[in-house]
Amino acid sequence: MASLKDIKTRIGSTKKTKQITKAMEMVSAAKLNRAQGKAEAFQPYTDKIREVVSSIAAGSDDVSHPMLTDREKVKKTGYIVITSDRGLCGAYNSGLLRETMRTINKRHKSTDEYGLIVMGRVGRDFFKKRNMPIFQEIIGLPDQPDYTDIKSIASTTVQMFEDELFDEVYIHFNHFVSAISQQVTESKLLPLTDIAEGEGEESQTPARVMDYIYEPDAGTILEQLLPHYAESLIFGALLDGKASEFGARMSAMRSATDNADNMIGELTLKYNRARQAAITQEINEIVGGASAQN
Amino acid sequence: MKTMQTNVVTPDGSVYSGETEMVSVKAYEGELGILPGHLPLVTPLTVGAIRIKKDSKVELIAVSGGFMEVRSDEVNILAESAERPSNIDITRARAAKERAERRLEEAKRDNIDFKRAEMALKRAVNRLEVSENKM
Repeated sequence: MASLKDIKTRIGSTKKTKQITKAMEMVSAAKLNRAQGKAEAFQPYTDKIREVVSSIAAGSDDVSHPMLTDREKVKKTGYIVITSDRGLCGAYNSGLLRETMRTINKRHKSTDEYGLIVMGRVGRDFFKKRNMPIFQEIIGLPDQPDYTDIKSIASTTVQMFEDELFDEVYIHFNHFVSAISQQVTESKLLPLTDIAEGEGEESQTPARVMDYIYEPDAGTILEQLLPHYAESLIFGALLDGKASEFGARMSAMRSATDNADNMIGELTLKYNRARQAAITQEINEIVGGASAQN
Repeated sequence: MKTMQTNVVTPDGSVYSGETEMVSVKAYEGELGILPGHLPLVTPLTVGAIRIKKDSKVELIAVSGGFMEVRSDEVNILAESAERPSNIDITRARAAKERAERRLEEAKRDNIDFKRAEMALKRAVNRLEVSENKM
């Protein structure tokens, strides 16, 4: 049985760990709040572009753009994987990476058939260790990223699609459902077939489709707009992923704090028992010694 | 005087929102002034300044690309970045300008770096001009 001193040390260290996890929980809660605000501020931007693009696509039938149509043969697929830089956030990264690996193994036979664009240190290290083809990587993104932080990686990715290096691009990220629940999500980034076909939320409100004058013409505008739209979708997924990261870290830290509480309770009980046993033994010894003298 | 709702939105949030009397922007084909009641219009913008007229006062906003959507009583400007004069970091813009000028001298004419430096220079100059209210 552990000595009194050992138990006391363990209680002390568990208490300190609890303080840290509790502080991290509160920090994550604050960051989550900010990340949600940021995601909200960003929403009107994509919504508006989407609205204009779909009204161009709906307004004229002869408008076509390489970014709007499926390619006949998909030779290479790009995957954007959004992970976090740091751990201590529960199953946030492991769940996502497991799902990504499963998808890749199912769809592709060799490493020539796909390429990865990785955000976050955890994902980068994961794929690097497995010698998978990483085309681009970015680590050390701030907690509240600005558009300029990912502008270059986003536009290079879109460029890769335009240059036909990739024939399809998917994004893998954790979608923020609520502070305690995140969902591993795959969404197809390119080609942007869903707006071309008028699917999605916009089709339910056809009244909003306007008859615009295009200056200089619809084709030029699409050419300008579509890369912007694709880039903004990447940014949107990143913001969503960041919010999920803080949510995941918050709940991971909360359960760590709860566990520490339980452990402290158990250890205190053990400590009191051991102390009681020691006292009992001491009394026994005294009584035994006294009776031996008589 | 008739007014229209004007919004300037970037991925990092809204920069301007309010009722205005006139908006003038720099489109690809040249300057474009929008008054209330304009026909619906969509046009891409170049790097330049937006001038927003409200209560006979003119406010400038520096934008880097993006596009404008006009409806009868609403103007939406979506840009990758948009800054009011008070939010422009002048020292950073100056540094960017010098860096871009240096790169332009080094790079060859047809190089991609050249184009990139040229765009960077345009953005920096635009920011400086807006912040100094020269336009």
